[in-house]
Amino acid sequence: MSSAKQEILDRIRGATADITTEAKGVPAPTGTASPGATPPEGIGPETTPPGTAPEAAILDRFAEAVADYEARVLRVHESNLPDTIAQVLRDVDCRSVIVPDGIDAEWTGSLGTAPEVVRDTPSLAAADLDRVDAVLTASAVGIAATGTIVLDHRADQGRRALTLVPDTHVCVVRTDQVVADVPDAVSRLRPDPRDARPLTWISGPSATSDIELERVEGVHGPRTLVVLLVSA
Amino acid sequence: MGMPAFPEAAEEALGKTQQRHNLHHATHTIRAKRAGVVGELDDWQALRTAGADAKDEALAHLADYLEQLEENLTANGATVHWARDAEEANRIVTALVKAKETDEVVKVKSMTTQEIELNEALREAGIDAWETDLAELIVQLGGDLPSHILVPAIHRNRSEIREIFLREMGQVGRAAPEDLTDDPARLAEAARLHLREKFLRAKVGISGANFAIADTGSLVVVESEGNGRMCLTLPETLISVVGIEKVLPSWDDLAPMLQLLPRSSTGERMNPYTSTWTGTHDGDGPQEVHVVLLDNGRTHVLGDSIGRQALRCIRCSACLNVCPVYERTGGHAYGSVYPGPIGAVLNPQLRGTASEVDKSLPYASTLCGACYEVCPVKINIPELLVKLRGAVADQERPSAESAAMAAAGWVLSDPRRLGAAQKAANSVGRLLGDRTIRTVPGMGAWTSARDVPTPPTESFRQWWARERGTQ
Ligand code: SF4
Repeated sequence: MSSAKQEILDRIRGATADITTEAKGVPAPTGTASPGATPPEGIGPETTPPGTAPEAAILDRFAEAVADYEARVLRVHESNLPDTIAQVLRDVDCRSVIVPDGIDAEWTGSLGTAPEVVRDTPSLAAADLDRVDAVLTASAVGIAATGTIVLDHRADQGRRALTLVPDTHVCVVRTDQVVADVPDAVSRLRPDPRDARPLTWISGPSATSDIELERVEGVHGPRTLVVLLVSA
Repeated sequence: MGMPAFPEAAEEALGKTQQRHNLHHATHTIRAKRAGVVGELDDWQALRTAGADAKDEALAHLADYLEQLEENLTANGATVHWARDAEEANRIVTALVKAKETDEVVKVKSMTTQEIELNEALREAGIDAWETDLAELIVQLGGDLPSHILVPAIHRNRSEIREIFLREMGQVGRAAPEDLTDDPARLAEAARLHLREKFLRAKVGISGANFAIADTGSLVVVESEGNGRMCLTLPETLISVVGIEKVLPSWDDLAPMLQLLPRSSTGERMNPYTSTWTGTHDGDGPQEVHVVLLDNGRTHVLGDSIGRQALRCIRCSACLNVCPVYERTGGHAYGSVYPGPIGAVLNPQLRGTASEVDKSLPYASTLCGACYEVCPVKINIPELLVKLRGAVADQERPSAESAAMAAAGWVLSDPRRLGAAQKAANSVGRLLGDRTIRTVPGMGAWTSARDVPTPPTESFRQWWARERGTQ
């Protein structure tokens, strides 16, 4: 297309003229061990197929690693989820909570009138989100080795700004969404070429250590993160 | 240019007690945290190999992977631009911002945009570029330069930061509260409010990328504070300036990288936020996405079969934190955005060893090897330092020049050899266009000190053969 492109590609081909191998794409990397919980033999990508809850040690590890980041983590049974959500939002003194379009209506069933539930619509601008105290979402994947939750921003997680602007994020992770480690997560999250989704990987609340290396929670993103690990 | 050589700058830095104290504290703290989380993984060495292999594969077939990246980015609604050098990249970005009829942009911390001095270029065009990483904000408001890749304001202490905020914030936006203390939480809060005002109204965001994935067309940004997410999500237009060496062949390569980078960098199992996006996404985030692929000397580094490994660098800063020289001098002494051991090899490779500072950098090391040990992508920095020292020494020695002249004599003494040499030089000339040459294959170090004019695309003999060939 542009001459700059052609020139750069020519420079590259000149610079790599000594290389005779074919481009191949490298083989998938090895899995990693998670501390605390000894992972089962032969752990690699996709040890737990989607829809199956991993073993207890992996869930324990996940809960531990999330808590390590100063995030709150609560383990709940499905049947208690609405009550727990209501309790958690009361605990942080929340007056309004925004929920993405695709969230299960039952989840907010115990809220009553306080806090106020705001359904997300495309017409809400970032400044409107700034006036909301909290956001409630589902998630796509939880990673035990690192305590990370990953959002792929489907309907039950909403667009990216939702979990960014309000100060508290309450995130529901199902046990069958938890994988052992990063390679498992990466292979589960590979973007579909026809339907690529943005991803947000969250490990604890927003944090900085830029001032004399002292950790401060929350510079720009939510300062409070609550993860609800839900079993069926 | 105009920068002092390393020994002078280092001597000055050594006199700054506060800075030395901060650096000692920072490097030792991060070092210990890193060692802890690296120790958790029982296959760290295999991960390093996987990381190095992924980058090597990308570099070995860089042209193919870049074309694949462009194709996938374009298919997902992004616009790709190519920039040969800093000036071209700055021109492209400035034009894109101007087209949006705005005079300010918000920026995610990016060493690539620092390398090309994008903020300065935008400034000249009347556009304010706001740095939104807390440390970068401190550096920018303080009218200062970053001193560490990961914690750029580590040379400042909390009371200095308080003074900078009180003095400067009001000049460029929401002022710091008058009762601001030097408590880090209060300082961070002041930055949050100051920057939120800018995020909410910004039309254009500018970022770099930690990785660009060829087989999916996804860009990846790794950060802590959420300012990255703000810049990547809230503005209508997003421009990412990406060095061509940031390419990874495949999505699966993220698996080693997302384990290696945070553990090596901040000593965490995972950084608070990682964002990936693939072009534009309906109803979510910027609806206009541009990617500027930047060369700026990288192909020059790529041409050296040993030196090219420096392009694997994922800017984790682990090598800075273990370097006994960096620990005492700080980042400013390196005279570039790339400080520490990686800066000592990358700057002379990117810029050549003509200037005083670039000539001195390969000596800014004890060759203790600690940087190689910690490097997550196994860059053999000591090997590169020694090689560069050799190049610098050769260029200083007159005998090198006579050796080159002897070689030239050998070439000139035989018309067939001369013809072959001219042909070789001419193909280089066609390849380079108007670019000044910094090294000539086979003439090595002698020319690396001197800019050689670009060879003509046709030699006199060729011209004669073409014009008068039949006679
Ligand atoms: S050279 Fe290696 S250790 Fe240093 S910043 Fe780059 S990747 Fe990290």
